[in-house]
Amino acid sequence: MHAIEHAKEAKEFIESRGRATWHDSALWFVRAKRDKAAQSLPEWEILRETASQIKQHTASRLADYLEKFEANATRLGATVHWAATADEHNRIVMEILQKHGAKKVVKSKSMLTEECHLNPDLEAAGIEVVDTDLGERIVQLRQEPPSHIVLPAIHIKKAEVGEVFHQHLGTDAGADDPDYLTEAARQHLREKFCAADAGITGVNFAVAETGEFVVCTNEGNADLGTSLPPVHIACMGIEKLIPRQKDLGVFLRLLARSATGQPITTYSSHFRGPRSGCELHIILVDNGRSSILGREDFRRSLNCIRCGACMNTCPVYRRSGGHSYGTTVPGPIGSILAPARDPGQHHSLPFACSLCGSCTDVCPVKIDLHHQLLTMRGEVKKAGHLPALKRWGMWAMGIVLRRNWLYGFLGSVGRKLLPLIPRPLIYNRMNMWGRQRELPQTPAKSFRQLYRERYGRK
Amino acid sequence: MQVGLFIPCYIDQLYPQVGMATVEILERLQIDIRFCEAQICCGQPMANTGCNDDAAPLARDFLKNFADDQYVVSPSGSCVAMVRHHYDHLLPDNADLPALKSKTFELCEFLTDVVQVEQFDHAFPHQVGLHQSCHGLRELRMGSCSERVEPAFSKVRQLLAKLDGIRFSELRRQDECCGFGGTFAVNEESVSCLMGLDRIADHESAGTEVLTAADMSCLMHLQGLIRRQKKNMKVMHVAEILAGYPAE
Repeated sequence: MHAIEHAKEAKEFIESRGRATWHDSALWFVRAKRDKAAQSLPEWEILRETASQIKQHTASRLADYLEKFEANATRLGATVHWAATADEHNRIVMEILQKHGAKKVVKSKSMLTEECHLNPDLEAAGIEVVDTDLGERIVQLRQEPPSHIVLPAIHIKKAEVGEVFHQHLGTDAGADDPDYLTEAARQHLREKFCAADAGITGVNFAVAETGEFVVCTNEGNADLGTSLPPVHIACMGIEKLIPRQKDLGVFLRLLARSATGQPITTYSSHFRGPRSGCELHIILVDNGRSSILGREDFRRSLNCIRCGACMNTCPVYRRSGGHSYGTTVPGPIGSILAPARDPGQHHSLPFACSLCGSCTDVCPVKIDLHHQLLTMRGEVKKAGHLPALKRWGMWAMGIVLRRNWLYGFLGSVGRKLLPLIPRPLIYNRMNMWGRQRELPQTPAKSFRQLYRERYGRK
Repeated sequence: MQVGLFIPCYIDQLYPQVGMATVEILERLQIDIRFCEAQICCGQPMANTGCNDDAAPLARDFLKNFADDQYVVSPSGSCVAMVRHHYDHLLPDNADLPALKSKTFELCEFLTDVVQVEQFDHAFPHQVGLHQSCHGLRELRMGSCSERVEPAFSKVRQLLAKLDGIRFSELRRQDECCGFGGTFAVNEESVSCLMGLDRIADHESAGTEVLTAADMSCLMHLQGLIRRQKKNMKVMHVAEILAGYPAE
C-alpha cells in the first residue's frame, strides 16, 4: 500500500472537485451550533476538566477496571470476549454469527468495526451486513468509507444521495427531497431490521461498576437493531470504559453538545445484560490501544469519546474532506491515532495541520491534540519517514541560522538579487509559495543594519 | 526596566520596519533596550518539522543570548510561544529555562501586562481588521477564543482601542486560522491558500481597510494573497500601528 499523501488528496478535493468551500460551510455550521450549545452551560470548562480527569484516571488503572467490567457484565448475563487485534475481533464476531447460523446482520454506527474492516470480512463469508445509520448506509451503498465519524456522509450532496437511492432503493430518478429520501431509507431499513438474525452495535460508554454500556444514536437504529434479533454483539475499544454510573452524566452532557450542538442524543440506550432468551456478547478490543497507553506523549489521545468536534473545527479537515486522510478516523485525532499505529503509512497526517490549536480548545475531554500532532512530527522524523527535501532543508537551515556571518551574507545577497531576477524565473513550478501568493517585497536593509545605523553597536 | 529585543529572523530580513516600530514603542516608554546581534532564530521552523535535533542548538543559543536581560520582548506571538511552550522538549532539565520562559513576552502582552500602558498619543482613523494569530491566542492566551467558554477579551484589541478614531471590523469567524502554519504554507499549499483567501473574504465583507495581527508570519501569507489578487487592503503589523506609522 502506498503511503497516504494528504496534501495531494486535499489538492484534488479543492481544485479538481471544487468541494472545499461547500464542505467547509456545512461543517462550520455544525461547529457554530456546538459553540452555542457549549456557551449555554456556564460550567462547560469544569465539565471538560472533569471528563478529562475521569478518563486519565481510568486509563491509569485500565486493566483493573476492564476486569471489573468483565465481572459485572458477566454477572448480568453477557458473554465478554477479549480481542488483541482487528483480526481477532473479526474472527470472534464471525464465530458468534456462525454458531447461530446468522446470515443477515444489522449494524448501528461503530467506528471500531470500521477500524477493524469488519464488513468486508463478513461479506466474504457470505453474511449480509447492513449499516443502519442513515449516513453509514449511504456510504455503504456507494461502497466507500465514512468521511467523518459522526457525520459519515457529510461529503455527499443530497442530489448524489438521490442518485444512489434511485439505483439501490428504487426511488424516483432525480428526486432529492430529503424527506422523501429519508422515508425511502426508513422503509428499506425496516425490512432489514425485521429480517435480521443478529444485531451489532458499537459502544459509547461502558461502566465498570455496573457492567452496563451505553449506545448513543439519533435515529434509534441501535435499539431497533438489538430489539428483534436473538443475538446482540457489542464491539468496544478498551478506552470506552468509565468507572462509575454517575460519571455518565458528565460525558453525555459533553458528547452531543460537542458533536452536533444537541443537548443530548435522541437516544441514549443503556444495555444491562441480554434480553430474556437472547444472547449478548461484548467484545473488548485493543488493536494498538495499549501500546498508545504506554506512550506518555500520546496517552491522552485515548480520552477520545469520538464526538468529531475536532474535525468540525479543523480548518484543514473542513477544506480537504475526510477521505483525504485515508484513515477510519480522520482529522486531528485520526492524525495522531493512525501514525501512532503505523508511522510509515500515515507520516503525512501530522503535517496536515497548521498547528492552530483550535482542536485542543474544542475537545470536550481536553486532549492536547495540536501538541501531540507536533510531537508526532518528531516521531515521524525519528522513524526516518520525513521526506528528504524537508529533512535536509531543515538541516541546512539549522546550519545557516547558527552562523551569523553566513546568515547575514545570504540575507543581504537574497535581498539584493531577488528584485533583479526576472519574474518567470522566481515564480516557477517549483515555487509552491508563489503559485497563488506574491513573495514579500525585499527591503534594502535588514533590521540589524537599521538598528546599527541608528544606535551603533551596543 | 530593561528589555532584550528579540527580532525573529524573518522580521530581521524581510520586515525591518516592524522591528524598528517595536524599538520606537519601547523607547517612548523609556525602556532600556538591548539588541544582541548574536541572535538569529528561535528554532521554530525545525521544531515544527519534527527536526528537534536541528532546533535544540538554536534554543541553547537563545538561552545564552538573552541570559542577562531583565525581560525578552518580541513582536511575534509564535516565536514567543516557541520559547515558552516548546523549549521544554528541546532543553530538558535545563536549570536556566524557567527564568527565560517567565521573562519572555510577546510585545502586546508585555505592553498590557508588564508596562500596563494606559494611552497612546496618536490617532489611527481607519477601520482595522484584527487577525487573531493562533499562537498568540491559543498558546499565549492573549485573548479569549471562540471554542472556550470564558469572558471575552483581547490584549491586542485592548491596546489598539486606545488609538483615537480607530474602528474594528466584526468578522463572521472571529479567530479562524489564516493557513500560514510555517512549512504547512508550502507543504499543503492548496489548503493553506484557501484558508487565507477565506480569511481575506471575511475581512473584505466586514469592511477592513487595514489588516493587522501580532504575528508578521500570518500577515506575510495574507499579504502575498492580497497582492496577487490586487485587492485594496493595507497590511500592517500591530507594532507599526502602535508606533504611529501611517497607513499611507
